[in-house]
Amino acid sequence: MSLRRPAKDQPESFEFNASSLEAAKVIVTKYPEGKQQSAVMALLYIAQKQNNNWIPLAAMKYIAKFLDMPYIKVYEVATFYTMYNLAPVGKYFVQVCTTTPCMIRGANKLVEACKEKISENECELSNDKSCSWMEVECLGACVNAPMMQINDDYYEDLDKQKTLDILDKILNGETPKPGSYRGRVNNEPENNRKTLMDIKNA
Amino acid sequence: MLKDQDRIFKNLYNDKGSDVSSSQERGDWVNTKEITDKGRDWIINEIKESQLRGRGGAGFPTGLKWSFAPKEVGSRPHYLVINGDESEPGTCKDRDILRFEPHKLIEGCLIASYAVQAHVCYIYIRGEYFVDGQKLQAAIDEAYEKKLLGKNAAGTGWDLDIYIHYGAGAYICGEETALLESIEGKKGQPRLKPPFPALIGLYGCPTIINNVETIAVVPTILRRGGKWFASLGREKNTGTKIFCISGNVNNPCNVEEEMNIPLKELIEVHAGGVIGGWDNLQAVIPGGSSMPLIPKEKCETLTMDFDSLMAEKSGLGTAGVVVINKDQDIIKCMARIARFYKHESCGQCTPCREGSGWMWRMLERMAKGDATKDEVEMLGDVTNQIAGHTICAFGEGSSWPVQGLLRHFKKEIEKRNNLDPIVQKKNNIPYLVDQHLLDKKNA
Repeated sequence: MSLRRPAKDQPESFEFNASSLEAAKVIVTKYPEGKQQSAVMALLYIAQKQNNNWIPLAAMKYIAKFLDMPYIKVYEVATFYTMYNLAPVGKYFVQVCTTTPCMIRGANKLVEACKEKISENECELSNDKSCSWMEVECLGACVNAPMMQINDDYYEDLDKQKTLDILDKILNGETPKPGSYRGRVNNEPENNRKTLMDIKNA
Repeated sequence: MLKDQDRIFKNLYNDKGSDVSSSQERGDWVNTKEITDKGRDWIINEIKESQLRGRGGAGFPTGLKWSFAPKEVGSRPHYLVINGDESEPGTCKDRDILRFEPHKLIEGCLIASYAVQAHVCYIYIRGEYFVDGQKLQAAIDEAYEKKLLGKNAAGTGWDLDIYIHYGAGAYICGEETALLESIEGKKGQPRLKPPFPALIGLYGCPTIINNVETIAVVPTILRRGGKWFASLGREKNTGTKIFCISGNVNNPCNVEEEMNIPLKELIEVHAGGVIGGWDNLQAVIPGGSSMPLIPKEKCETLTMDFDSLMAEKSGLGTAGVVVINKDQDIIKCMARIARFYKHESCGQCTPCREGSGWMWRMLERMAKGDATKDEVEMLGDVTNQIAGHTICAFGEGSSWPVQGLLRHFKKEIEKRNNLDPIVQKKNNIPYLVDQHLLDKKNA
């Protein structure tokens, strides 16, 4: 299990803004009547997005009321799933995959780059408080290893220099282009494709 | 090599785009009504005849699973749930289906929902695949627009609604009952089986749960016939499969191939060979991280299907092939996998919650050469105390890779870890794990 703790400094209150509220109402309709608790995961995402990438305890209380369920049940969900950030992570949240398939292709170089550019330790905000990084478990892009995720986007086929370049961009407030950084097309074998050539060349 | 005309996922590399019209060119949504008009029994029989086995790891026969759904809909509605919580290290096949072949999946959902009499289908996608999920959502929206979903979907007379539910970074939610808990808005902790989800599943209703790839191949099987699918591969291991080849190969890639393909062909032909040449190969994890590794000697002749890998005490799992060459420290590789399982244990059963961390800490020390001789045996003992003593298969999944390491690389571990125990085991203490704590000076 992973250790997860809410931040010490918590805002007093939280409320959905108009667009979040609208999105939340749509999500509740996806589930059968009386089963609105199912929407809790999606609502936590909405809260996280609205609140600068992290979920304060006040938001959990608000969602509990919104879905008419006990606060502790929301708290359980928010602390069980690792994608809910319980403390500020900055505008750009960098997650470096270091599980074995990435590790054997040099994920440690990506970690080095993060240490150089963002902060010495993981889960620590950079000097300008705009981003933080952490090592995560398999992100499911193993044939594009090593790779990292920044907010929602995947950056694939990296090495140390390319990571440094990407991090430079986000520290300047730019959003670099996601995808493969060796220029390959999706998950095809680079320069070695032997299948479906007729379709490719058609 | 499999002929291109027999490949199901023709847009695996997104040469053509994933919208409805280009999918129709590839044969999706062409005669869906004709298929459903043949009736439920025909569909289930055809799937049974194709001998399709679930692509999510366990390899359970899909036709049989569908036949477990109650024949008549009672007071409780039926649900179809698609498992797209692909989190097994080494596996990234479902992601490509979600983003490049979404209509194969959506049409499969419609046919499967018709077969098991479900009017609502939830597709559970891991939270990290948010962008790919958005692409699937766009495809679903387009399908609604073209009347392929919703009331009288695709003219079949069957009503179907499909909703996406995002996970949030819990590997355990790939376990079917944990996935149901997660959709219900709870912590993803697996349920005891029985009752099986086919009778009591989502919201206590009959629920059929299938992997993304399993459902996505269904329409093609029904179009071309179960016999065609069964003619590929070998008996009980039929059809095609997307293999993900990652790790120390020259061209890591996803490729759809026939079941029972030789591992060497997969690596040499499609993935451009092992980095440093075939002789530099150390071991291969054949089916995602929970399957025991296979050393080089056996890789020469190994064929990739459920039963032949089982015979090697490993498994096809999700067909995520991780190639490890001799430049890597095999103990470190397995220690990292153990760390993964330690992180992802849901914490419900004690043997798994405590044992997964225990295995990780021991392996870390073994990688550094800090372990004592007797700990090698103890590690094997710990794995046996986890496997088979937990509610779900996570216990097996976390201990099998360690058992595989001990089976094939025990000499390597022993060579590196030849320390004598700090405190010699006393005969009158039968089994004391923390003996070193008795002597604080040396601890």
